[in-house]
Amino acid sequence: MVAKVEQKTMPLNGDEAVALAAKQSDVDVVSAYPITPQTIIVEKFSEYVANGEVDTEFVCVESEHSALASCLTAALTGARTFTATASAGLALMHEMVYVTAGCRAPVVMAVTNRALSAPINIHCDHSDAMAERDSGWIQIWVENSQEAYDSVIQAFRIAEHPDLLTPVMINLDGFFLSHTLENVQVLADDVVKKFVGTRQFPLVLSHEGKKVPFKLDPDNPLTMGPLDLPDYYFEHKRQQEEAMHIAPKIIKDVHDEYAKLTGRSYGNGFVDAYCLDDAEIATVCLGSAAGTTKAVVDQLRAQGVKAGLLRIRSFRPIPFDDIMKNLETVKAVAVMDRSNSVGGDGGPLFHEIRHILYNAQSHPPVVNYIYGLGGRDMSPTIIQNIYKDLAEIVKTGRVKKFVQFAGLRE
Amino acid sequence: MVTIKELAEKPELFTSGHRACAGCGPAIALRYIMKALRGPTIVTEATGCMEVVSTIYPYTAWSVPWVHTAFETAAANASGIEAALKVMKRKNRLKHEHVDVIALAGDGGTYDIGIQALSGAAERGHDFLYILYDNEGYMNTGIQRSGGTPHGASTTTSPAGTVIPGKVQYKKPIAEIMLAHEIPYVATASIGYWTDVIAKVQKGLEAKGTAFLHLFAPCPRGWRSETSKTIEISRLAVETCMFPLWEAVNGECSLSPQSKAIALKPERKKPVTDYLKLQRRFAHLFNPKFQYVIDEIQTDVDKRWNRLLKNCNMPPVAKA
Repeated sequence: MVAKVEQKTMPLNGDEAVALAAKQSDVDVVSAYPITPQTIIVEKFSEYVANGEVDTEFVCVESEHSALASCLTAALTGARTFTATASAGLALMHEMVYVTAGCRAPVVMAVTNRALSAPINIHCDHSDAMAERDSGWIQIWVENSQEAYDSVIQAFRIAEHPDLLTPVMINLDGFFLSHTLENVQVLADDVVKKFVGTRQFPLVLSHEGKKVPFKLDPDNPLTMGPLDLPDYYFEHKRQQEEAMHIAPKIIKDVHDEYAKLTGRSYGNGFVDAYCLDDAEIATVCLGSAAGTTKAVVDQLRAQGVKAGLLRIRSFRPIPFDDIMKNLETVKAVAVMDRSNSVGGDGGPLFHEIRHILYNAQSHPPVVNYIYGLGGRDMSPTIIQNIYKDLAEIVKTGRVKKFVQFAGLRE
Repeated sequence: MVTIKELAEKPELFTSGHRACAGCGPAIALRYIMKALRGPTIVTEATGCMEVVSTIYPYTAWSVPWVHTAFETAAANASGIEAALKVMKRKNRLKHEHVDVIALAGDGGTYDIGIQALSGAAERGHDFLYILYDNEGYMNTGIQRSGGTPHGASTTTSPAGTVIPGKVQYKKPIAEIMLAHEIPYVATASIGYWTDVIAKVQKGLEAKGTAFLHLFAPCPRGWRSETSKTIEISRLAVETCMFPLWEAVNGECSLSPQSKAIALKPERKKPVTDYLKLQRRFAHLFNPKFQYVIDEIQTDVDKRWNRLLKNCNMPPVAKA
């Protein structure tokens, strides 16, 4: 695809790419608290503010809990809001993660995925975001810094869409992406500003019986975040689910419009299918591991092995049909999880993929590899061995072990 | 000073029909607060009695934009609203010249779970008025003790037992803690004196930066007091110096009229028993076995009163 607009190449790490995207999106309020490996985002944004490069209220809060609590009400007041966190910071926000989604506050948050304590560890895994899986946020997982940049810009359009009003979390692997320099194609400020546009507010029925914009407006008072008892709470939670059902169209429209503008697309916006058309064995993963896996797939293909990869970009909403379509004809599938559901017989991604494939006419065996916890490297050799295991399953028709740890000393 | 006639002509922005208990002090507090507004205002409120009684969906008692998110978030929510208003004003996206922001929270949401967010917001200096309505316990969840519950009070988590006579600890000096944040306005008020409440809300709104108002508001249900005696108890708290009234403008402390009158004529200061005896949460202390707790309360009240007199450049009261 050819880009419609001129772009320049900048050497950026993932955090810098995120900060730049937020800056160019003309964010009104950023409220954040530093935590490794997210710190570069807040540092970079502070520089933009200090140098007058952006007109943003940057609130240096005293905790992540307050970061999201203040973003949430800033968003409800009518501001475009952004925050970023990781690991323990996201865990501390947990309460407000649900409240933000429940209040339908279109906050955009970057999460530089990092392991959860204990033992304390600052390196990458996906435990932090997986703990927020059911919170009602849209979750986009990126493969590289370029995608981090592009996805943050898209996220504002998605979150703030008047039919959706659902917060969006952009997940990028801590250190592997956050701290690694990459050449990133960057748009001009005015192009991003135009693409993101200004916030539009849907009209809702107020308690005074008027149709009013959905925001805290003294001329049109609304009561937000009220006590909701068994007679209405259930319906309101259902509305969040309904929003998630219209989210795919909005995610796709924004992704495709952005692709036309920049020449960059990420699969169909939901999944990135790599060499899957005729694949016999396939892996499924999130995030930066896809880069290494694609290189392994290329090697295997050169050897005549029909290997493929399905990278999940949109984990919430989960692209049910895309996953089914891409994997139902494969002969064996390995899901790679960078987090574990302790005592749950496999990781969260595994559970989802196997759940979806159960509905297929005939489904392949699906096995699970827990890998890379606390930043443990996922080497090409480990991935090659996973494909070898899959080939063995196809050959023998037998699965020796459904859930295994990959790259573990044992 | 506002007159009762002027007040009567102002609209009720905290409207009737809410589900507060008979004699509820905080409900009276909210009515006064909303009578003191000076213009467009957004209110954010912590989880607690007043949030619960006033916003049972699909009903609301609020005629101003109002938002609740969680228990510990009143100050963080107000920070976010204020930041949004500021930047939207700058970017010409705000219709109003100015919008006031009020954060409301009870004693649990302020002394305990919300103090971190409050301290952070005060340090950052966001322009809003934080009002603590203090009914001295977690009343919404069934009368548990908080950092604002006074010494000796019986609550469901500091029950008057045969060995331990109610709450062992003393009330945290929350207004002094906020004063130490060097914010432009800190005051205490009691719903027993409505003119003082309204004047202080107005001063708090006018202050540029974070303002803090500690508003004393009895809970007949939790205090086991007569619903008809809420105002009487609110005044006795001041008359006994259990809850003196003062304000600090830019750090300069001064006593408010009701407490100043006592400072000038110390014989007007009533004994704490006048206050305690109207509330069954203190009933166990009148067992001679626990007389020592009443003595401890009186000693503490005297100590704190003397400290306040000193802070307000008033002569201390000589020990009896």
